[in-house]
Amino acid sequence: MSENRMDNLVEVSHLKEYFQISTGMFSSKPLKAVDDVSFNIRRGETLGLVGESGCGKTTVGRTLLHLYEPTGGEVRFEGKPIRTKANINEFRRKATMVFQDPYSSLNPRMTVSDIIGEPLDIHKMYRNKSEREQRILELMDRVGLNSEHASRYAHEFSGGQRQRIGIARALALNPKFIVCDEPVSALDVSIQAQVINMFDELQDEMGLTYLFIAHDILVVRHISDRIAVMYLGKMVELADAKEIYEHPLHPYTQSLMSAVPQPDPKVARANKRIVLSGDIPSPLNAPSGCPFRTRCPRATAACAEAMPEFKEVAPGHFAACDKI
Amino acid sequence: MSNKLSMHVNVDDFLPATEEEKRYMVQMRPSSTFFKDGMKRLLRNRVATVSLIIIIIITLSSIFIPMFWPYSYDKMLGVNPGKPVDSSYNNLAPFTYGKTELKQIEAGEQVFPHVFGTDSAGRDYFIRVVYGTRISLAVGFFASIIVLLIGMTVGSIAGYCGGKVDLIIMRIVDIIYSLPDMLMVILLASVLKQTLGPALAGTALEKIGSNIISLFIVFGVLYWVSMSRLIRGQILSLREQEYVLASQAAGAKGSWIIRKHLLPNCISVVIISTALQIPNAIFTESYLSFLGLGVNAPMPSLGSLASDALNGLSSYPFRLVIPALVISLIVLSLNLFGDGLRDAFDPKLRT
Repeated sequence: MSENRMDNLVEVSHLKEYFQISTGMFSSKPLKAVDDVSFNIRRGETLGLVGESGCGKTTVGRTLLHLYEPTGGEVRFEGKPIRTKANINEFRRKATMVFQDPYSSLNPRMTVSDIIGEPLDIHKMYRNKSEREQRILELMDRVGLNSEHASRYAHEFSGGQRQRIGIARALALNPKFIVCDEPVSALDVSIQAQVINMFDELQDEMGLTYLFIAHDILVVRHISDRIAVMYLGKMVELADAKEIYEHPLHPYTQSLMSAVPQPDPKVARANKRIVLSGDIPSPLNAPSGCPFRTRCPRATAACAEAMPEFKEVAPGHFAACDKI
Repeated sequence: MSNKLSMHVNVDDFLPATEEEKRYMVQMRPSSTFFKDGMKRLLRNRVATVSLIIIIIITLSSIFIPMFWPYSYDKMLGVNPGKPVDSSYNNLAPFTYGKTELKQIEAGEQVFPHVFGTDSAGRDYFIRVVYGTRISLAVGFFASIIVLLIGMTVGSIAGYCGGKVDLIIMRIVDIIYSLPDMLMVILLASVLKQTLGPALAGTALEKIGSNIISLFIVFGVLYWVSMSRLIRGQILSLREQEYVLASQAAGAKGSWIIRKHLLPNCISVVIISTALQIPNAIFTESYLSFLGLGVNAPMPSLGSLASDALNGLSSYPFRLVIPALVISLIVLSLNLFGDGLRDAFDPKLRT
């Protein structure tokens, strides 16, 4: 991978995020929300990140942005590692986030223009009031909000409009990289389409790179260039969107893809749904070795020994399974 | 086309809307802020409005009446330089006069009546009550501000930082909370009286007296704990909101988040508990004065007036009833106003 190193905007290596969960008065246990995850995001691409709820998708996004202090591992942005406070501060200008819940992610006591202008205020990115005003109106215009509504409060808007406010806020500092944490899950389908198309347009106009987190595979497939699949804090498969959709290699991804609803009944009937047995184990008591072995149809005794390596099984197609 | 029963729609009957008509259809509601909404609800609450009016009247009169009242709070009317002490001014009933005043009235002069009579030292009682009210209100107001400032700072730091900082601060709060506050107030007031007395001599604060200053200190030291607990609780829940995370993602520091996001969202709780803190402080000041730990001698407060009145209770009951009534009126209306504020501003009670 060294030859296209320059192409990588974000490089994540062996990222770990453990939360200490207290199990008694004096004892605590690490909850391995993200355990040894490595991936790269190329300049200008959209990397989709899918997985069941509770598998650590959101934590990956937040730890990547150093909103949570990583327990281990390293994040490199534009080739530079993010370590010191100064690093992080600079990183914050170039990498932002769009949140899942358009209701709780906007402060109810702030007007739209204050919400959008907050990153500008924090980094003092303007010389005078009118410059700030102009920048805010420009951002509102860009995400399709009526600039007359700048002095309104967030509760006066619909969910889709609120998400647009959140996107305008993320764009305020002209970032290069945006973590989109399930930005459309809280919206209804028609609004989802509008917002997703807007993400597409913004990417073309501003040369943005996205980490797009979602649990809806169809949404992710539509917007992503490559897709990564997570299971219980670990990354199990990473490949081009088309490749992973049509030829999933990891047994978990295969079952995930077989569960995607098919609009064509003929195709739907022809496809066989792979139903997994059992429930997802608690991340507090993760199984030894491969985390998926308890539900995996191909599991053998060897799977309990060690975590299979996350390796390139086909060109550009990574998977963490020894049985491929 | 002329058939009246025809269901056919005549296109000519429809005219395109003019610009003015189009504008009329756009519903533009003026943006209403949280504060405006709250004020509207507050003014609709009649009990709270009446209480507010009473508070304003009492406050204004305690400020302005001493400016034109002909008697002063510390002038003993029977004692005049160069003349023998005239004891007929002591213990006057309401609307009665001393000997020299009666002579003046006979001579046709206008004498300003002693509305509430005079006290045992011949001082006009009405103006003493007014001054007492002034002191009590000032104590209540400033003590609440001290409590608010300390409580808000400590509470928001504990709530936002969490972890060890929170643990240490909250244990200190628990310790202060577990002390019997009445005992502490009396202890601190008597200790501070000794130490503050000489330090204040000659300054403008001497007139108010070391007792009131020590009262403020006592409030500052003891009563911020409940305020800081309240604010910590609010901030603990608010800091989990995603907009705080969004602000962090944009690079905001702790102080920015507290100032811009956390405090504005718990400001209603802060206003309400401050409003309810004022009567509490007035009450404390009153009983301390009643115990003799309040203001210094000639300066009255409502509590010391009530305490002084105890000596002649059987002969002059009105001297106890008047300050007691004023205290009750102030405390009652502040409490009712605080309740009204809570109803108007607390989002949890809103339907």
